[in-house]
Amino acid sequence: MHSVVLTKGVPDFREGQVSFDEDGHLERGRTPTVMNPNDAYALQAALQTKVKHGGTVSVMSMGPPGYESVLEEAMGIYADDLYLLSDREMAAADTWSTAITLSAGIEKIGQPDLVFAGFKTADGETGQTGPQTCWCLDWPIVTHVISMEIDEENDRLRAKRLVEGDADEIETVESPLPTFVVTDPEYEPSYRRAEHRLRHKQLKSETDERVDNYEDHLTTWSAEELDLDPDFIGLDGSPTIVSSVDPIPKAPAEREATMVEPTDEEGMSEVLEEMTPLAGGD
Amino acid sequence: MTEHEHYEAVVVGAGPGGAAAAAALAQNGVETLVLERGVDAGAKNVSGGLLYAEESAPYTIDGLFSDFREEAAERPVTDYYLHNVAGRNVKSFDITDLHEHDTAWSDAVLRRKMDSWLAERVHEKTSETGGGLLTEVRVNGLLRENGEIVGVTCDELDPIRADVIVAADGVNSELARDAGLMDWEEPEEWFQGVKAVVDVPSDVIAERFDVSEGEGAAHLFSGDLFDDVRGGGFLYTNEDSLSIGTVFHLDSLVAEEAEPHELLDNLLTHPLLADWMEGHYDEVEYSAKLVPDSKKVAHPSPHEGRLLLVGDAAGQMQAQGPIIKGMNHAVSAGALAGEAFAEASMRGTPERAGELYERKLNDEGVMKKLRPAGYKVTSALGEHEAVTNVVDSVLTSGVGRRAVRLLGSQLESLYSSPYLSQIVPDTRTPYVTLPTVIAEELGERVEGTSDVEPKSLLDRIGDLTYDTDVGNPHIELQDNSVEASGAAVTACPVSAKDFGGGCYREETVKTNGSEEKLISLDTQPCVECGTCAIVADTEWEHPRGGKGVEFREG
Ligand SMILES: Cc1cc2nc3c(=O)[nH]c(=O)nc-3n(C[C@H](O)[C@H](O)[C@H](O)COP(=O)(O)OP(=O)(O)OC[C@H]3O[C@@H](n4cnc5c(N)ncnc54)[C@H](O)[C@@H]3O)c2cc1C
Ligand code: SF4
Repeated sequence: MHSVVLTKGVPDFREGQVSFDEDGHLERGRTPTVMNPNDAYALQAALQTKVKHGGTVSVMSMGPPGYESVLEEAMGIYADDLYLLSDREMAAADTWSTAITLSAGIEKIGQPDLVFAGFKTADGETGQTGPQTCWCLDWPIVTHVISMEIDEENDRLRAKRLVEGDADEIETVESPLPTFVVTDPEYEPSYRRAEHRLRHKQLKSETDERVDNYEDHLTTWSAEELDLDPDFIGLDGSPTIVSSVDPIPKAPAEREATMVEPTDEEGMSEVLEEMTPLAGGD
Repeated sequence: MTEHEHYEAVVVGAGPGGAAAAAALAQNGVETLVLERGVDAGAKNVSGGLLYAEESAPYTIDGLFSDFREEAAERPVTDYYLHNVAGRNVKSFDITDLHEHDTAWSDAVLRRKMDSWLAERVHEKTSETGGGLLTEVRVNGLLRENGEIVGVTCDELDPIRADVIVAADGVNSELARDAGLMDWEEPEEWFQGVKAVVDVPSDVIAERFDVSEGEGAAHLFSGDLFDDVRGGGFLYTNEDSLSIGTVFHLDSLVAEEAEPHELLDNLLTHPLLADWMEGHYDEVEYSAKLVPDSKKVAHPSPHEGRLLLVGDAAGQMQAQGPIIKGMNHAVSAGALAGEAFAEASMRGTPERAGELYERKLNDEGVMKKLRPAGYKVTSALGEHEAVTNVVDSVLTSGVGRRAVRLLGSQLESLYSSPYLSQIVPDTRTPYVTLPTVIAEELGERVEGTSDVEPKSLLDRIGDLTYDTDVGNPHIELQDNSVEASGAAVTACPVSAKDFGGGCYREETVKTNGSEEKLISLDTQPCVECGTCAIVADTEWEHPRGGKGVEFREG
């Protein structure tokens, strides 16, 4: 099985890492870039495939040269090789032109059996890049995957997907390979055979060595190497128009508050009167 | 349904017994899978611990794992003392001779370091056979087919079939119980060990115990410092810490309603220890575990079908007077079990591995040490309350005291007799009465006061690392009456009367105008010692793989 996992570098939004300026704008220069946290689930799903069925896991990202640290992090989750699609021409891409670029990268790698993407990036929050890349590849897609197995004999994927984000609504679907898989943050790898856990352990020690010299396993491709039309990538290829970026308004530090006892009928009706217009009703 | 996985051998538990079994199996080319429930081997284990390499043993740990002593052990023991204590009076015997009898070497060990080092070696060796070692997997029972044992079942994995199953799962072996080979019924058959690890810089150890590099000391304590509870205390020097603990007969702890942590504190604060620890009492870990008494429980035929029990799981823990030998016998038994299976398979009769293993235990003299013939005689004579009372009253009378004074220095050599140490009856006399009389008659007064302030039980629990399996307690009380389970309130090493932060509590419940005392249980602070499996009416299991307490020192 050959899997490709798509990943993106995002600002490290964890407490103590992220910096905002006075106007509430993100200070990219002062905020470290990390692997999009949701992509870890995609890597875990690819790893499970590798543990159970052998093969390799390639990680691919589109981004500036500084992205190496992101790929290094991905390598730590048992990747075999890394691909960075990096070119000035690709800069300022929206999800659409990113998808075009990534799908060109995937096709250049060869014919993988599975492509995995995480659910939404921590910065853009669109959740579009994965499905759009799949559309470019013209493959079937399974999203919100929380567990999966591969039927090697019949070249099929069988997955459980979370419908409506409710644990009670789980759907089991099948799809022929190759398939595009978007993992849900609820994704749980399952290793119920000792041989799989032993293989997992062995892969871990192999991976630890690879992380130390991850650059030896990194391939960087430019737009030209990918044979991409400059009109369809980067800013030029992005139909999305960003009208403006509004910082999240800061909550006033002190607020005036009136306490109303829930049993105080008079008080409660005043509250109701105040709130009805806010709710958009009459 | 997919077919069950199969390995030639499955070893359950990665303590010294499991490690030795796996090494012997792998050495013989047997495909071996080792399953350990801790997050890391050693994370669940506690010993005193002095690991002996006996000259007469068929296997020693450094024979199976080269570099063991350099990489995994602490200091070798070069000085060995027994202190008889009566109040401030102490009479010390140098029993280095007893310690050195049949001893190639003996090193202090800390189990987390030792077992995790062993586990890495075991994984390397077993990987070469197509197997390996997995942590965080708890075996929860035996897989049977038509009533025959054919493998194991686990919490974390699907059932696994094997041609041989080596249960090296320690003192509360769930597999031995499942097979009906051991029960957890009689407190008389067990000891309870409790231990504190205290950090002391290595140069301070060298100076205060008068040992240079590559040397270490062992000190044992008996007499009246544990009230009337039968048992004793120990202090061993590690590289840069001390292991200080107590080992008591469980029935005696229960009968005296003694609090194990308080008995440990009696030892820690005794003026005899003051000079060693002055200004350096930094307790880093409190731990506890049951210990089987091989004289009573070592199973004469520790096997059933494809299942072979080794080490504590088979009750193979020898208390040779004051000297405790469990790890070394687990190593011998483990390796013999592995060897037996390899030999039996080679002859085309793998099903006879158990029989062969039993024969080897006898032929190699292991069984004779675990169940010494002489003990049968002395215990038959001596272990009657009436006899003990007579002996004790003679001893404490003028006649007895005079005898002790007359024997004087000869006592030291009597205490050093390997034969006598094997056969002493398990009564108050050798543990409490005799040492007390010796100290009173021959001892010297120790001056000075201890500045040691032992930690409270609450702090001891607070310092431990737990990964609680929330909503899934591994012990359930079957009967919460005081009669059935009340003994656990004091005997549990992390519970105490009038202490709300432990596992077992006595509560007064008002029903229909009358008051009733009931026992309640909260397993969160449990250190998995196994005591309440025996002294209370419980449904007792180990937590799932990786869950529960995690010892850093052991
Ligand atoms: C306070 C104290 C002092 C002692 N002092 C000494 C001493 O000085 N010298 C000495 O030789 N001995 C001493 N002992 C005894 C010694 O520790 C034991 O005899 C020895 O550890 C037995 O080894 P074992 O391999 O049989 O079992 P253990 O060392 O107990 O190993 C059992 C292993 O099995 C694992 N396990 C258990 N159940 C399962 C399951 N269901 N699934 C998977 N894994 C499981 C456990 O996590 C553990 O790693 C002392 C014991 C105590 C408590
Ligand atoms: S609850 Fe039972 S097993 Fe746990 S520490 Fe107390 S006595 Fe030991």
